[in-house]
Amino acid sequence: MKELIDNLILRWGHDPATWPITQGLYLAGMMLAGIALTTFGAIFAGLLSWWERRVAARIQSRIGPNRVGPGGLLQFLADALKLIGKEDLIPSSSDKLLFRIAPYFVMTGFVLTFVVLPFGYRLSPSYMNVGLFYVVSITALIVVGILISGWASNSKWALFGGIRAAAQVVSYEIPAGMVILVPIIMAGSLNLHDIIRAQGGAPWDWFMFQTPMGYGAFFILFVSLLAEGNRTPFDLPEAESELVSGYNTEYSGMRFAYFFTAEWGGLWVSSALLTTLFLGGWQVPGVSIDTLTRWEAAHAVPWWFYLMSAAVFLVKVLALVNVIVWIRWTFPRIRVDQMMTLCWKYLVPIGMGLVLLEALTEVLSFQIFGEAAKGQAKPGSARDMLHLAFFLIAGVLPLTAFLMKTFKNIQLTGDRVDLSNW
Amino acid sequence: MPGLTFEQIHQKLVEKFGDAVGLLSPPKKDPFCVFAAPRLREICRFLKDAPELYFDFLEDLTATDHPKDNLIRVVYHFYSYRHRHLFIAKVELDRKDPQVDSLEPLWKAANWMEREVFDLFGVTFKGHPDLRRILMPDDWVGTPLRKDYVEAGGYLGISNVRDNPLDLYLNMDRQVRAEKAAAEAPPAPSTAPALAAAPTASPAPEHKAES
Amino acid sequence: MSLDQLIITKFGADADHEMILNMGPQHPSTHGVINFVVQADGEVMRKAVPQVGYLHRAIEKIGEIVTYPGFMPYTDRIDYLAAMFANEGYALAVEKLLGLQIPPRAQYLRAISCELNRVASHLVSLGTMAMDIGAVTPFPYALRERESINDLLEALCGARLTYNYHRIGGVAFDMPDDWMPLCRKWLDHFEKILGEWDRLISFSEIFVERLAGMATIPAEMAINYGLVGPNLRASGVDFDLRRDEPYGAYPDFKFEVPIGKAYAGSHRGGQIGDCYDRFYCRVLECRQSIEIVRQALDRFPPGEFMAKVPRKIKPEVGEAQSRIEAARGEMAYYVVSDGGERAYRVRARTGSFLAMGIIEEVSQGLMIADLVALIASLDVVAPEIDR
Repeated sequence: MKELIDNLILRWGHDPATWPITQGLYLAGMMLAGIALTTFGAIFAGLLSWWERRVAARIQSRIGPNRVGPGGLLQFLADALKLIGKEDLIPSSSDKLLFRIAPYFVMTGFVLTFVVLPFGYRLSPSYMNVGLFYVVSITALIVVGILISGWASNSKWALFGGIRAAAQVVSYEIPAGMVILVPIIMAGSLNLHDIIRAQGGAPWDWFMFQTPMGYGAFFILFVSLLAEGNRTPFDLPEAESELVSGYNTEYSGMRFAYFFTAEWGGLWVSSALLTTLFLGGWQVPGVSIDTLTRWEAAHAVPWWFYLMSAAVFLVKVLALVNVIVWIRWTFPRIRVDQMMTLCWKYLVPIGMGLVLLEALTEVLSFQIFGEAAKGQAKPGSARDMLHLAFFLIAGVLPLTAFLMKTFKNIQLTGDRVDLSNW
Repeated sequence: MPGLTFEQIHQKLVEKFGDAVGLLSPPKKDPFCVFAAPRLREICRFLKDAPELYFDFLEDLTATDHPKDNLIRVVYHFYSYRHRHLFIAKVELDRKDPQVDSLEPLWKAANWMEREVFDLFGVTFKGHPDLRRILMPDDWVGTPLRKDYVEAGGYLGISNVRDNPLDLYLNMDRQVRAEKAAAEAPPAPSTAPALAAAPTASPAPEHKAES
Repeated sequence: MSLDQLIITKFGADADHEMILNMGPQHPSTHGVINFVVQADGEVMRKAVPQVGYLHRAIEKIGEIVTYPGFMPYTDRIDYLAAMFANEGYALAVEKLLGLQIPPRAQYLRAISCELNRVASHLVSLGTMAMDIGAVTPFPYALRERESINDLLEALCGARLTYNYHRIGGVAFDMPDDWMPLCRKWLDHFEKILGEWDRLISFSEIFVERLAGMATIPAEMAINYGLVGPNLRASGVDFDLRRDEPYGAYPDFKFEVPIGKAYAGSHRGGQIGDCYDRFYCRVLECRQSIEIVRQALDRFPPGEFMAKVPRKIKPEVGEAQSRIEAARGEMAYYVVSDGGERAYRVRARTGSFLAMGIIEEVSQGLMIADLVALIASLDVVAPEIDR
């Protein structure tokens, strides 16, 4: 973004280094970007609430919101208006200061991740060299907010929720952080955009299908991000049937909305992270990295490529978000000790093993393929064939089996696929 | 093993305990027999442990109040899963101070059922580990299922009676008509005070309606 | 006794500085208004003491005030989720006092309506159990099927929840002409839905892991504490009133009685009498109920649907007990008559009341999430406990 503002200043005929209001323009640019990202996060959270409610309703043989706006699309605006207009209720025996600031911790931790998340080719506010590290560390702010809210509510049930959340999120940071090393090893960089450039557009060029370690790492990261986002089957901190909403029991009105914006918006962050690391990010199928490098060298990246990359990224992220929503309404919730067992006894050792194996594979890959082992594989090369084979075994086969089973289930129930009243 | 009939079970009990077991009631409906209250636990232990009786399920434990005979009868229904036979026994207690041994050490099912009888009839079960009210609030006064129970009329100062709604509406209707008639004679300004007077003029029935 | 005194009595004198939680009476997952005072050491409970009585409506006292036939709607409210059983139990007790014989058509109608009501009640129980464990989706599925049962029963007797259908001497209305094919169609449809239910939730890994080996109640303990119905059968006791002490039309029907067999599987720690067994026994009972209804519809006898009953019901002096296999276990009605128009004493001993007594014992050492699973698996409803 700095270059953008510098280009603008140059176009106005000033020298960025000496012009007195450069810093002011930087500041203005940052604030604009911050507002834009927060708005994007909030609107996405609202739209995701609509999507989740519709999907949940259709799964449960209901209809879901369909009155406000076309297909209930503006329901989230109605909800937001209602929540803003509610009485600002602060329990008298709560810790007033902590009660008030807890939602802001959560929102801050959530919004700050947008600084490095890519939206498309060269469409992110900053290209930090340590972008991935930054994302992992900044999401830890969220658990601070949850813990504070659980404690400050001065209610035993809220405290339960807060403590469960703290235990859960902190525990699952470990396998998440470990498994993130796998794409880092594959790409050789912490910069999110470099990681994307090391993948390709076609599914077998994604890190998920390049090696079995990438495959396993995808699923472990998926589960860990579900746990960090307090989504079923890991929604113990807000378990409705046990804790009556857990850490946000005492919150009402806009403060409650902050928590939920952060939760739903956090789904975008999780899915964007997964897409970036394992699903090829904004790589457009058909445009290889050589083409891209050629365009960049000639400063002639076509405008449609920006759009295509953003569209590809959006589609991938939305598909993952849909899967997460789908999982929420299918599975029950696991218990605290089962959650801890899963993390520490299964995910952490497996994650460690995956990292070690990936390091070994990378070394071997360089031995075998030499320079061709770096970055995207050339179509038709031996490495590419290996990727394609793995993609067919680990991607196409399970997906086909899953679809066949789905249709079999529908037939066994005596039902049929009917999207007419979606 | 086929189940025993009421008569056979009664026979066995009489052989073992003699006088403590009363006569079997006429078998018109469900026949029962009356145990002597002091030996209740002994007899019940025999009922539970004797291999040919083996009543392992305390099916029901309740009471009936008979103010005319000055008795409270505690009724026990026993059932055996092994032999599939049923037995009904009663214990007659003095209405002024009904006390009987608790069967909780024998059948844990008696725990809550005896608490209910204590709550609703006032029978004290000696040896019950946790005898306190179960269905009524803890600070309730009185034993509701007794025949001479007088309704409390409220709890903690909140009344549970109100006027018949029909009477209420009739009263209100009469009042509004009277006020309207009084308002016809003088001109308009007095309608405001008449309306303002309506809620305050009849505090008693409305107050009762709210409660 | 106030809450503080209760805590000291139940948990010990030094318990007031431990974490004492109040779960209920308003809580999304206690089934009705029930309160649990829980002493928790973090997530693990030392003990959960239930406090009931929030829904006490003095139904037994009302039984002494209204006439024998007039008490029938009140029996609906003893367990409004399985109201047909409460109706039938009372009717059987008074008919025993009167010495009435019920015509076969009435008995079949009673059996059909009761079995349909059993399925409806089990659907609510299974749906809410799944919801308490966290899977929200099975609950609307269960309710969707229950809607069909409600529609069928509404066509039969005019009400969807509190039916007041059985009368002393028979049933209130005859089966409408077009009812039988509708019922058969629904039975075929529901069997497939049970298959879907199994695929969705019964064999779902997380669900089974949550419930397997949890709160195991061995058979002797179950009998001693007086558990009845599916709770008792899941602990391994092979007893069902419909088969072993049959009443009404049940001697004519062939059906199996599902018993607990550690359905969760030993590799997941399943034991006979754990929460999963209680859950799965109810699923299997739904299947058996469908069988019974099919057989009843196949052999539906012609005739009267109500016996000749005197205008004023005045049984002679005596007492009678009737036991029926209700959805939540054995419901026993004990009616004492003094020869008048009104009963001298009506007593309804319900299955949920006894099931609550065991919670204090079994909940020691469980986690709070497991307490929710335990209550749901015992299928307690507040109206049955408090009456």
